[in-house]
Amino acid sequence: MFQEPINIVITGVGGQGNVLAAQVIAVSAVEAGYLVSSGETSGLAQRGGPVMTHVRVFCRQNYGPLVPHGRATVVIGFEPLETMRVLFDYGNRGTVVISNDRPSYPLGCLQCEDSYPEVSLIKDGIKNMVQQSFFIPASELAAQAGTSLAANMVMTGCLAGTGLLPFGKEFFRSTIDKLFPNKLKELNLKAFELGFDQVFQQVV
Amino acid sequence: MTIMGVCLDKPGARVPLTGNEAVARGALEAGVAFVASYPGSPTAEVPGTLARIAQQFDLYVEWSSNEKVAMEGAAAASFAGLRSLAVMKVDGLNVAMDFASALSISGCRGGMVIMVGDDPGSHSSIREEDSRNICKVLHFPVLEPSTVQMAKDLTLAAFNLSESLGVPVVLRCVSRICHGNGAVLLGEIPRQERKASFPQTERMIAFSIQRHALQEEKLAAAARWAEDCSFNRYEEPQDAEKLVISSGPSAFYAREGLQILGLEGSIGVLELASVWPLPHKLLLKHLKHASEVVFAEDVEPFLEDNVMALAALHWHDVGPIKFYGKRSGHVAGPDGPGIGELNPEIMAASLARIFHVSYQRPKIEGGENLPSRELALCPGCPHRASMWAIKTALELDGREGILLGDIGCFCLGIGRTGYYLLQTLHCMGGGIGLASGMGQLSRFGLTQPVVTVLGDSTFFHAALPGLINAHYHHADMLCVLLDNGTTAMTGHQPHPGCELTALGEPADTVPLEGMLNGMGIPYSLGDPYNVEETINIICRLLQEEGTRVLILRRTCALLAVKGKTKNRVYVDPQKCIGDECGCSRFCSRVFSCPANIWDEENGRAKIDETLCNGCGVCADLCPKKAIIVERTV
Repeated sequence: MFQEPINIVITGVGGQGNVLAAQVIAVSAVEAGYLVSSGETSGLAQRGGPVMTHVRVFCRQNYGPLVPHGRATVVIGFEPLETMRVLFDYGNRGTVVISNDRPSYPLGCLQCEDSYPEVSLIKDGIKNMVQQSFFIPASELAAQAGTSLAANMVMTGCLAGTGLLPFGKEFFRSTIDKLFPNKLKELNLKAFELGFDQVFQQVV
Repeated sequence: MTIMGVCLDKPGARVPLTGNEAVARGALEAGVAFVASYPGSPTAEVPGTLARIAQQFDLYVEWSSNEKVAMEGAAAASFAGLRSLAVMKVDGLNVAMDFASALSISGCRGGMVIMVGDDPGSHSSIREEDSRNICKVLHFPVLEPSTVQMAKDLTLAAFNLSESLGVPVVLRCVSRICHGNGAVLLGEIPRQERKASFPQTERMIAFSIQRHALQEEKLAAAARWAEDCSFNRYEEPQDAEKLVISSGPSAFYAREGLQILGLEGSIGVLELASVWPLPHKLLLKHLKHASEVVFAEDVEPFLEDNVMALAALHWHDVGPIKFYGKRSGHVAGPDGPGIGELNPEIMAASLARIFHVSYQRPKIEGGENLPSRELALCPGCPHRASMWAIKTALELDGREGILLGDIGCFCLGIGRTGYYLLQTLHCMGGGIGLASGMGQLSRFGLTQPVVTVLGDSTFFHAALPGLINAHYHHADMLCVLLDNGTTAMTGHQPHPGCELTALGEPADTVPLEGMLNGMGIPYSLGDPYNVEETINIICRLLQEEGTRVLILRRTCALLAVKGKTKNRVYVDPQKCIGDECGCSRFCSRVFSCPANIWDEENGRAKIDETLCNGCGVCADLCPKKAIIVERTV
């Protein structure tokens, strides 16, 4: 038995495939026999803005679409600054963090009105904030699988690799197989497995 | 999430669906035949999903030119005895309101549901309007789901209710429902022959006082239905003295807030799915026992106002009650009561204040000084190039030209990504009407040139009357039509200027140039990626008089690169001389494309090749010609 609900907060920048990752997680959970509730904050559906999605997995009672502040079981960040931002709102000491290590710079930082924190400082900061964190070269792993756009499936694989969810990776695999068009299946499955191995090896 | 789930003919199966897919499924289970909509977030995926399966289920689905036309089309199908669905965001309901207010008087025949998407918190809208107040004015019954499952079930219920009352029923869904995911228990999809017919004895007319009386009778019948509506739900305890009244996902935020505070079980939660008209008897039954009542709802205090009015009318029965909500200021997020979206955090904090219990959430301290992230036009977006050309031309012109905005991706021109150029932003087609008026003001001493921007989809949606008015009255204004060949912001739906319809069938395309020719309005044509030429055209047009149009045509960058190998764009580190150049880092600091970044280590410009869509506009603008474009074609 797991402590329900499992609260997953996924964050990133528009265009990174955050919503699709949330859908893969939600579909996999339902296929595995669990209930889910999710909510998406997509900005203006444009690239460049912050995008956050909540997925909650449970089986005994129904839950709403939003995770209460401070109660994320896991934060999955597709972008280091956004990981940090969401962690302050939704994290606690016990939150598990999985973050891509590749920055995407806000316009304000590019225009030198703001400064983007050193990625190494973000990493150290997060390591001090929570008990367990994983920094993943997700964009590079995705490029290995065929395209850096598949970083979302690398990150989904990382989540599966933590063993935090009460169902196995076969449910993710069958969901990816079902959701993606034929020519993109193999690539996304490969990206998923690369992410899975990254975290699974560290957890075991 | 899964189109297979929407189509699955397996009653009793549980499948993962998004809220929008659940509404689509509910419409299928209701035997819908006709679906019409203009794309708007958060509802665009409802017609999108139904269009994809239209052939399989013998549906007609269209992206109408605007929401009023969509509602009229769906009403026509209903008049002919079919079940029909009109889908729009609340902004679209504003557009359709004139027809809607007459439709609620004339009534309908076949079950007709109007799905309205509200966007508390303005996640993908320019405002967070609450459609319930509008629907009350319109005399439409309103149902609101709190889960994805209920979105499916209430859609079906709404069709049945509409058909039995003879009036359209509104299904109000907030973004959290539309874009949420959930496990949905499927019902049966009927397979019956549908035959459209509007017998001459049937008259759907919105004229006469008697019809008004009938309209009120229908609402009274809807209120009776609401009393026994099984989707209205009350949770323990019996005869609660403390009560939360709620609807939609807010009910979950309230329940979770109570749970966090350890108050669950001691405070009752009444969740209403029938939000208008309200079930008076049900409410009075609970109000009689209550001495304290809290309201949890997005956005306006709608239940709050109407329940308080009910309690005032029945004060002798219900006795003194303290009401807590947005009016009293007790239920409030960081921006104040009635502003922004509710969430479990806000409800927990509000309930703690109201019931005098302590609340401390788990927290990691800090986070105040993180750099913010503004919205940005996509890398390669032709609108950025257009905005740059307009900005430059207005500067060269030197008369402080006014730029009036409209709805579309380019409305981001109010911010950094569009150089803060837009001085107004209101609604679809609003810019052109403003320009038509502003273009008359030289007689009162206005010396600034007047320019407005709008998109191709908006042009068909709401710009024509304004443009015709401007031309007819010889308004001095330049209308820049940013034609990217699609309705980009909501996910690339087709419009009347496109070659295919929602069903993927060949359309009788309406050409922009042909329309302008027909109206006798002079127009020029440009390519926004050719910035220099575009600047020259705009400068020339600014000198001319009367109403003139410039069409800047270039396919949306996201569509243009779809399935293709992108051009490679990179910086030649020999040619870029960094801060010595004197360009003030034009590409990364001024042009504002997220793909133009700065290589701190080497003090040179750099392209983020993952983000870059290969338009090459920055290469043309770089003063040192240090950006290289390798074209794939």
